[in-house]
Amino acid sequence: MSGSLLYLSGVSKSFEGFRAIDNLSLVVLPGELRAVIGPNGAGKTTMMDIVTGKTRPDEGEVLWKETVDLTRADEVETARLGIGRKFQKPSVIESLTVAENLELALKGPRGVGATLFGRRTREEAREIERLLALVRLEEARDALAGSMSHGQKQWLEIGMLLAQDPELLLVDEPAAGMTDAETMRTAELLREIAGRHAVVVVEHDMEFVRALGCKVTVLHQGRVLAEGSLAHVSANAEVIEVYLGR
Amino acid sequence: MARIIDRRMAIFLAGLFILTVGLPVASSAAAGELAPAYLVSLVGKYLCYALLAVALDLVWGLCGILSLGHGAFFALGGYAMGMHLMRQIGPRGVYGDPVLPDFMVFLNWQELPWFWLGFDSFWFAALMAMAAPGLLAFVFGWFAFRSRVSGVYLSIITQAMTYALMLAFFRNEMGFGGNNGLTDFKEILGLDLTAASTRTGLFAASALALAGGLLIARWIAASKLGRVLVAIRDAEERARFLGYRVEHYKLFVFAVSAVMAGVAGALYVPQVGIINPGEFSPANSIEIVIWVALGGRGTLVGAALGAMLVALAKTLLTAWLPELWLFALGGLFVLVTLWLPRGVLGALEDGLGRLRPARAAAPEEARA
Repeated sequence: MSGSLLYLSGVSKSFEGFRAIDNLSLVVLPGELRAVIGPNGAGKTTMMDIVTGKTRPDEGEVLWKETVDLTRADEVETARLGIGRKFQKPSVIESLTVAENLELALKGPRGVGATLFGRRTREEAREIERLLALVRLEEARDALAGSMSHGQKQWLEIGMLLAQDPELLLVDEPAAGMTDAETMRTAELLREIAGRHAVVVVEHDMEFVRALGCKVTVLHQGRVLAEGSLAHVSANAEVIEVYLGR
Repeated sequence: MARIIDRRMAIFLAGLFILTVGLPVASSAAAGELAPAYLVSLVGKYLCYALLAVALDLVWGLCGILSLGHGAFFALGGYAMGMHLMRQIGPRGVYGDPVLPDFMVFLNWQELPWFWLGFDSFWFAALMAMAAPGLLAFVFGWFAFRSRVSGVYLSIITQAMTYALMLAFFRNEMGFGGNNGLTDFKEILGLDLTAASTRTGLFAASALALAGGLLIARWIAASKLGRVLVAIRDAEERARFLGYRVEHYKLFVFAVSAVMAGVAGALYVPQVGIINPGEFSPANSIEIVIWVALGGRGTLVGAALGAMLVALAKTLLTAWLPELWLFALGGLFVLVTLWLPRGVLGALEDGLGRLRPARAAAPEEARA
């Protein structure tokens, strides 16, 4: 597929006989917003583990920009290539302040020497302010990340992803544990981000997916069951059976 | 600079300075020996423990690596210095051999083993006191961190490391004096080790090393690298997905900490006059953890304070009620864990914090 940012073809992965991913193929274009839905155990998290180099697939091809083989990269390498990942459970650095969390995430040298002697530049400070405004945490700038509410932590983590300025954001259930208003605000934020970055969102909440208003991929038992607009996949008989038939 | 020397550090360094100047003066003949002379070496020993505690706090408090083998790095530094002091004895040993230390003559060795070469030079020995622990930490850490061994598993293998070293150093064939270790030292840098002036010099050097160790540790903690270490402690996975090579950071801080522990050991040995394999014993390493927890993990200054307080309590208690010491140590640890989660330093600062508003209100009333 030409021009793809992320290309998965025939990917399979088994854990002790259980086929978590079964001949999965998926293409994400640059700047695209994509929702991935599917029941528990459909292989959504394993897919993200494979893309970020946390898990190696048993077989299949995973290509970044058509050239880089992601099955040989580890988490650090995929992060440096430009893949950012948000975990399902908010994962921020609790005993650092909100601003310090963003500072660590900012694009820049990641070596031991660079961080030992590095100082926060004016440009970096400005970028931190911009991100604080974007995720609406300006007031909490100097508060410890651990003292934030669940929803604020989710946003801080999204802010940290943006600070990395990745070309692809993998976002695992961002709306989990959020109020309705926060959920809608998050969908809005992700829509704003898309275009500049490709965003793949794994989600359960159908209201949220509707609010994203993007192409949807339905996973089931490690395979793609259907793909297309939300209206299109909702009309698919197999999808209805998987989601509603039990 | 202000970021490195915060109030807590400033107060501690000031106290350390007063102690370093005050104690030798008080124990001198001019002051009528207000303090007994042995106190200088005793407190000098405490200062070495304090530096060792700071070294552990750097990896444990800042980066969450609970090493139960830091006693090994301390002992290696001690052995490097001990080897130099053995070479300094020269023909004054019991057997009078100009080159071989007594235990080698006793074992019928004909020549100095290769790894003893160079230790006649003080500077070589000083370098080795840092290089040997640093290198061990580097190699050990390289394998452990790369294989992502962490948490309690890492603690256990560090414990195994120091235990293995203890067994190895107990063997006469190793060439480090076996069971008896290295002792009977005469002089350092041409100065008589029993002279009050030499003891004062070693004491001052220990104080300087402690101050230097604290400042280096604090410099690391206050840098961006320090924040990466905290990120690794709090959310290792997150740090990795942000693109930080976690194992490189751990390796760096582990090696720096081991070097610091080695320096502490090298200063400790001439002040106590002996180094033997007992220093590698796992219990010693666990005691360091207690110092740090008791003083206040992650505060650096607290770790130094904790080491000195426990060492003082040990000196007093083992003199009065020797059989009770281990119970007291265990009891202290339980008390601190239950009631002082932030250690003695945390409790002190909380106490002062509660006093401060009252004091701030007082002048207001006076004016009215």
